[in-house]
Amino acid sequence: MRFIPHSPTDVAEMLAAVGVASLDDLFRDIPDALRATGAIALPPGLSEQEVRRRLAELAARNDGATHLSFLGAGAYPHFSPAVVDNLLQRAEFYSAYTPYQPEVSQGTLQAIFEFQTLVAMLFGLEVANASMYDGASATAEAALMALRLAPKRPRIVLARSLHPHYRATVRTYLEGAGDSELLEAPFGADGRIDRDWLARHVDPRTSAVIVGYPNVFGVVEDLRGLHAIAAAQGALLVTATAESLALALLQSPGDCGAEIAVGEGQSFGIPLSYGGPGVGLFATRSKHVRSMPGRLVGEAHDDAGRRGYVLTLATREQHIRRERATSNICTNHGLVALAATVYLCLHGKHGLRQLAHLNLTRAHRAARALTAGGRWRMAFDGPFFNELALRGAGAQAALDAARADGVLAGVPLGEWYPELDDAFLVAVTEVHDDAALLRLARALGA
Amino acid sequence: MSGARRDKQAGLLLDESLIFEHSAPGRRGVDLPAAAGAPEDLLPPDLVRPPIEGFPEVSEPEVLRHFLRLSQWNLGAATTFYPLGSCTMKYNPLANEVAARLPGFADLHPLAPDESAQGVLQLCWELQEMLAEICGMDAVSLQPAAGAHGELTGMKMVRAYHRDRGGARKVVLIPASAHGTNPASAALAGYSVQTVEANQVGLVEAATVRRAMTDQVAALMITNPNTLGLFEREIAQIAAAVHERGALVYFDGANLNALLGVAKPGRIGADVLQFNLHKTFSTPHGGGGPGAGPIGVRAPLAPYLPGPRLARDGDVLRWSAMPERSIGRVRAFHANVGMLVRAYAYILALGGDGLTLATRMAVLAANYLRVRLAGTYQLAQDAICMHECVFTDKTLEPHGVKTLDVAKRLLDHGFYAPTIYFPLVVSGALMIEPTETESREILDAFVAAMEAIAAEAVASPAALHAAPTLTPVGRLDEARAARRPVLRWWPPTDAPPGGAEDR
Repeated sequence: MRFIPHSPTDVAEMLAAVGVASLDDLFRDIPDALRATGAIALPPGLSEQEVRRRLAELAARNDGATHLSFLGAGAYPHFSPAVVDNLLQRAEFYSAYTPYQPEVSQGTLQAIFEFQTLVAMLFGLEVANASMYDGASATAEAALMALRLAPKRPRIVLARSLHPHYRATVRTYLEGAGDSELLEAPFGADGRIDRDWLARHVDPRTSAVIVGYPNVFGVVEDLRGLHAIAAAQGALLVTATAESLALALLQSPGDCGAEIAVGEGQSFGIPLSYGGPGVGLFATRSKHVRSMPGRLVGEAHDDAGRRGYVLTLATREQHIRRERATSNICTNHGLVALAATVYLCLHGKHGLRQLAHLNLTRAHRAARALTAGGRWRMAFDGPFFNELALRGAGAQAALDAARADGVLAGVPLGEWYPELDDAFLVAVTEVHDDAALLRLARALGA
Repeated sequence: MSGARRDKQAGLLLDESLIFEHSAPGRRGVDLPAAAGAPEDLLPPDLVRPPIEGFPEVSEPEVLRHFLRLSQWNLGAATTFYPLGSCTMKYNPLANEVAARLPGFADLHPLAPDESAQGVLQLCWELQEMLAEICGMDAVSLQPAAGAHGELTGMKMVRAYHRDRGGARKVVLIPASAHGTNPASAALAGYSVQTVEANQVGLVEAATVRRAMTDQVAALMITNPNTLGLFEREIAQIAAAVHERGALVYFDGANLNALLGVAKPGRIGADVLQFNLHKTFSTPHGGGGPGAGPIGVRAPLAPYLPGPRLARDGDVLRWSAMPERSIGRVRAFHANVGMLVRAYAYILALGGDGLTLATRMAVLAANYLRVRLAGTYQLAQDAICMHECVFTDKTLEPHGVKTLDVAKRLLDHGFYAPTIYFPLVVSGALMIEPTETESREILDAFVAAMEAIAAEAVASPAALHAAPTLTPVGRLDEARAARRPVLRWWPPTDAPPGGAEDR
C-alpha cells in the first residue's frame, strides 16, 4: 500500500517498543463481541493506473458535462483563469487544516482576511465571515441570526421567488429551532415580490424578509422598495444571491438597506462539480458581528509589532460556547474561499464589472434572439442580469429535443412552480459566444 | 504601515502586504472580450452601481506571486508532520486531485438531466454502498457539506423520528469529552444538552448513562474512540441503556480512522453517524474545508434522510422526489460531489484490506509515540490507545512551561503542533494523532524534538516562552485582536473613525 511507509521491520520494532506481541494486541481493549468479524467486504485495492481508468470511465458517462449548456438556477458556468486552479493545487494550501497555529498558517489566514474584505465590499456591508458551506445553508444561518437578533419576532417572510433549494434549506433549519413561523411572499407578473402582499403581511412580529437578489427567475428585485416596507415594521431585510457576479453591477444589498446579505460564491472560479463544493458568502453590519455565525479572521500583532492574522471572536464559537454557540460550523470551506479570493483579485475593480457587463449584454442578446420568432416569450417583464425565464407551449419537449441535439438549453421551472410548467430558465454567461447563442436559438426552434 | 513593508517585496524575503496594498489604478489581471454599450442601456440606471471602491487593481503576475508567497507561509500535511489530534491530518493523494478535475465531473451542472449524469450517479451510488459496508449501517446520504453539517442533519432526523412516535423529547446526553460541535449541533436541532461525566480512566460507563436516562432523552451523542483516544468499552451496554428508553445513539464518526475493519458502529449500537470524508477518506482539508459529511443510519431512520434520494429505475439512476418523511434539504443541490470523487478514488485505491491496514498502522503509530514519550511527558491515561494519545503539561509546570509553549516550540522544529487544550476534560492537554502515513524516521524525529523541548523547559524556560522564533511572525496577541477586532481592510477614503470595527 503506497500511502503507508512502515516496513515489516519497522512494524516489528514498533510493536516491541510498545510492548505487545502483535497488531491484534493493540486492539485488546475492544471486547471480542464488538470486534468486526471478517474483512471489510470491498474489492482489493487498485493501482493508481487502475483507479484512474475507472474514474475516467465514470466521468465519460456524464455527457451533460460536454453538451453546450445554458443551465443555471443557482450554479453557473464561468470561465476561470489558469492562475486560480494552479494556486489551489499548492499543497501548502490544500493539505493544511483550520489555522489553529497562526504563526505557521499566515498564508491561509491572510487569504481569508482578504476574502472577508472582498465579500464585505461586494455586498456593501462592513463585515463578512469565513465562511459558510453554500448559498442555501448561508441563507438558513441568516434566518437563524435574524431570529437571534429579535427574539420576540418569530416570523420570517421568504420570497417565493427565492431559489427553492434555499427556501427548503431554511425550512429544514428552522423546524424545531424555537417557535418560528415561515410565510412565503408571492411574486407578481414582473417576477418580483408582490409588494402589496408584503405590506399586508410584514408586521411587528416579523424579524426578517428574505429575498433573492437576483431571484430564481433571474429578475432583479427592487431592494429599496422592499427595505422601506420591512423597515416600517422594524423587520430586517436579508438578501440571498445565487449568482454573485451580479453584485459587480447591481446596487449592493448594503447600500439598499439590507442588514444581512448572503450568497453563493461558486461563480468566482469554482468548478460546477455537479453542485459542490461551492462557498457560502455572508456579510452584515459591524454592530451584529457577535451574533454572526461561522469563523472570522482578524488582524493581530506580535511582540515586534509585525502584523499578522488570527482566528478571532472565538467566544461565539462551538469549541468554546458549545451549545450556546452562534452556529455549529467549524469548517470554513477555506480552499474554495481561496479560489474565490484569487478570482476576485485577478478581475479586480474594473475587470469584475466588465465581466458582469459582458454577461448582461450576452443574456440580453440571447433574450432578443430567443423571443424574436414568437415561439417563446419572456415569462416576466422585470429587469434581469444574466438569466431569464422563457415561456411557450411544449417547453419540456423542446428542451428534450435540444438535449438530443447536444444542447442543455435550460432548467424547466414546472417542478418548482406548477403554474410555470411551460417555462424554463436560461443562463447566459461570458462562456457563451455568438456561435453558442445561435446554436441555442436553433436548438429551441426560436 | 505599508511603507516599510513595501521595500521587502523583492527576492526571497518573507514579507507580503495585503493584496489591496499592491493595487495601483489601471492595472488589471484579466483580458476580457469586449462588450458594447453601457449597463444602463439594459438595466434601470438606479439599479446600477459604480465599480466597487477598494477592489484591487493588480496584474496577473502580481496575483500569482502574492498567493504563491502566502502558500509558502503555510504548513500542511504535504510539507511536514501534522499531528493534529481528533482532526486526522493524513496524506492527500495527488491522484484524487486529478480525478476530481476530470471534465466529466468538474464541468457537470447539478441540474443536468439524470440521463446525462449517469457516471457521477453511479459513483454516488457505489460510495453510499461502500460507506454503509464500512460502518455497518443500512442507508447513507451524501448530502451534508461537512462533519458538523452531518451532525446537525443526524440530530434533525432524530427529532423527526421521535415526532413520528409521538414523543417530543427535549434532551440530548453528551459526554464532557465530546467534540464542541456535538452540543452545538444538538442545540441547533432544538435540544437542550445534558453532560455525561466519564469515569476515572476516561470512559463513559453504562451505569452512568442508565441513571441519566429519562423519557425526555432523545439521544446520546458519543464519540468512539473518544477524544482521549480510548475505545468506549461499554458502548454496547451504553447503547442498550439508551435504546431501552426509546432513545437513539448518535455516533460521532470524526475518529473513524481508528475503526476501519476493526469495529462497525452500526453493529455496536449506533443508530446514526457522520463520516468526515476529509479526515478518514483523505480529501483535502484546505485550511478548514471544504469537507463532506455523509451520514449513515440504521433502517428505522432511513425514511428521514435528507432528500432527494438516489433511486434505481431499471438501468438508470435517478434522483427521486422528496421522500414523504424526509427532514428535507440541508443545502442546495446534491452534495460536495468534488469531495465525493476524491473519497471514492481513495477507497478504490486502498480496498477493504488497505483500509483495515491503514487503521492498524495508525493505531500502531499512536501507541509508539505514546510509549516513546511517556517517560518525558505525563500521559492523561496510561493505557493502550487507539489512533491518538493525550499528554498533559503537568511535568513542565514546576518550570513555568505550559502546553502552549511546547506547541509553539514545535513550530520551530518544523512540525505543526498537536491539538492543544483539548479535550477540555484534561488540564493542559496535548493531543497527538500521527496517522498511518508517517514513517518511523519522522515519528522518531518528532520524539527527539519533544524530548529537546522538555529538556529546554528545565534549562531555559524563557526560550520556550519566546517561541516560535523561526516563523514569519512571532506569537500574535490574540486577546487584543479579539478586544478590538479588525476584520477587514478598508480603502483609505472609507476607513471607519479610528480604524475601529465596532463603530
